[in-house]
Amino acid sequence: MSPELLTAYVVTIVLLATTGLFYLLVTTNLIRALVALELMTKAVTLGLVLVGKLTNNPGFTQALTITVIVIEVVILVVAVGLVLLCHKHTGTVDARNLRNIRG
Amino acid sequence: MPDVLSKHPIDVIVLGSLVVAALWAVLSPRLLRAVIALALASICVTALLFRLEAPLVGVFELSVCAGLISAVFISSISLSQLETEETIAKARRERIRRYWFLPLLLLFVGIAVGHMSPPTFTRVPAGGLEVRSVLWTERHLDLLGQVVILLAGAFGVVVFFKETKKHEP
Repeated sequence: MSPELLTAYVVTIVLLATTGLFYLLVTTNLIRALVALELMTKAVTLGLVLVGKLTNNPGFTQALTITVIVIEVVILVVAVGLVLLCHKHTGTVDARNLRNIRG
Repeated sequence: MPDVLSKHPIDVIVLGSLVVAALWAVLSPRLLRAVIALALASICVTALLFRLEAPLVGVFELSVCAGLISAVFISSISLSQLETEETIAKARRERIRRYWFLPLLLLFVGIAVGHMSPPTFTRVPAGGLEVRSVLWTERHLDLLGQVVILLAGAFGVVVFFKETKKHEP
């Protein structure tokens, strides 16, 4: 892989991770926070596969990436379930309005 | 930049499309369009994974992230009426106030990272296992952990939406 193309990949991965992190920090909507998490996971996925190709060890990194994707979908489904449950009980998914914790 | 565009046009166009899709997902006031933009970003990542000679990971990314996760988001939005005219108008009003800094931040980060020297990696000797061999022969206890996580996720969702029985006096 040429250095220019590698730089383009690295810049894109960093921009994707930065966008996801910024979105996660700024948004108060819980569903949008999950979208931000997905963006960061895509950056990680791309980075892992790129490193595997560059180090001539694609099998291990690709197997690891598949594992990451599977765990990511499980976490997302549970998180969406939590958000829907929260919406069912409180009527909102805005984190600013979720201030009542009842033991 | 023009050199890499002339030598690797497909990669540069797909990389650019990925960043644009991610920005659209962030800046869209409508949640449904943000989810569609996320699916487009997944498709761009799939294309890049195929370019990086990782077809199995690309198929996983396309089917799970672009397909299943988008379906989960869209069904949750439609089932719970999470998106109303009021929320869309509020998101449109707050968009500039919240995200005006993002293009500047991305420009700064992109220029800073672009001017750094590309990372160097040590190549391992050739002859490593192929991804299918690693998945089916080299994994041991971590496979058990993955199965436990999958079951925990499935049972967790079932418990969340379990209807509680009302006890009659």
